[in-house]
Amino acid sequence: MTTESNVLNPHKWVANYADYLYMYAIVRINDEDTAKDLVQETLLAALERADRFEGKSTERTWLTAILKNKIIDVYRKKSSGLAIASANKAAQEQDAFFEEDNGHWKAEYAPQPIAAMDEHDPLLKKELNAILQLCLKKLPELWKSVFTMKHIDDAATETICTELHVTQANFWVIIHRAKINLRACLQKNWN
Amino acid sequence: MSYLNKILNNCKQATFLIEKKQIKRLSFREGIELRIHLAGCGLCQLYDKQSHIINSMVQQLYHDTFKNELKLDDTFKADLQARIEREMN
Repeated sequence: MTTESNVLNPHKWVANYADYLYMYAIVRINDEDTAKDLVQETLLAALERADRFEGKSTERTWLTAILKNKIIDVYRKKSSGLAIASANKAAQEQDAFFEEDNGHWKAEYAPQPIAAMDEHDPLLKKELNAILQLCLKKLPELWKSVFTMKHIDDAATETICTELHVTQANFWVIIHRAKINLRACLQKNWN
Repeated sequence: MSYLNKILNNCKQATFLIEKKQIKRLSFREGIELRIHLAGCGLCQLYDKQSHIINSMVQQLYHDTFKNELKLDDTFKADLQARIEREMN
């Protein structure tokens, strides 16, 4: 474990925190090059702001907070313009999961058991996890950002709406659609 | 179509409520509607179960990433450290 301190020591930043920050970024961004850039930007931004560090949190917490904001900037950039068009397209596809008149599942999209979910075979689980990673990658950027902030960062709904510029109503729709799509993608690629 | 039939048939609305419920408390009415629907719909019962499993799988993926100890390569680290030292002088 790295030693926690409430004093900044930039000479030790790379040695103590670079790997941690890199993993933190990669889980949320899923792209190695972007994650690398973010680690670099974070440490350089921290250096500029070092005089504003009040010692109220640990060095690691403070650096992570800077990284968090940089990640949200990436989400925003990815979720603008073109990404909105692709999210709309994906939304139309999702409407195809249900009958238009009464909202019942269409036969071809109805949930079916996914064997690997019910069994405790580690190999099957591993395979299903690999599929899940692919399915997550396929989600439109905006949905992925919302989903990640909610399910991994456990961010407050209000925070997500403010940071990513979505309305509350839109937030619920995105959460719903992202999951419907993820589940359908798992089912399709598993069977 | 009666109100009850609407609830019983509307899987789109039920799955929406299933997702919402995992994040915040449903209103009284939403809760009742979801329970009525689930009582009569095996497909959405299955969806509900799988949806919860997917959430825990996503969490697990995240923890596994940290367990796998992804590391930055040493060259990158050395360059970055050098850059920090330069900026400090």
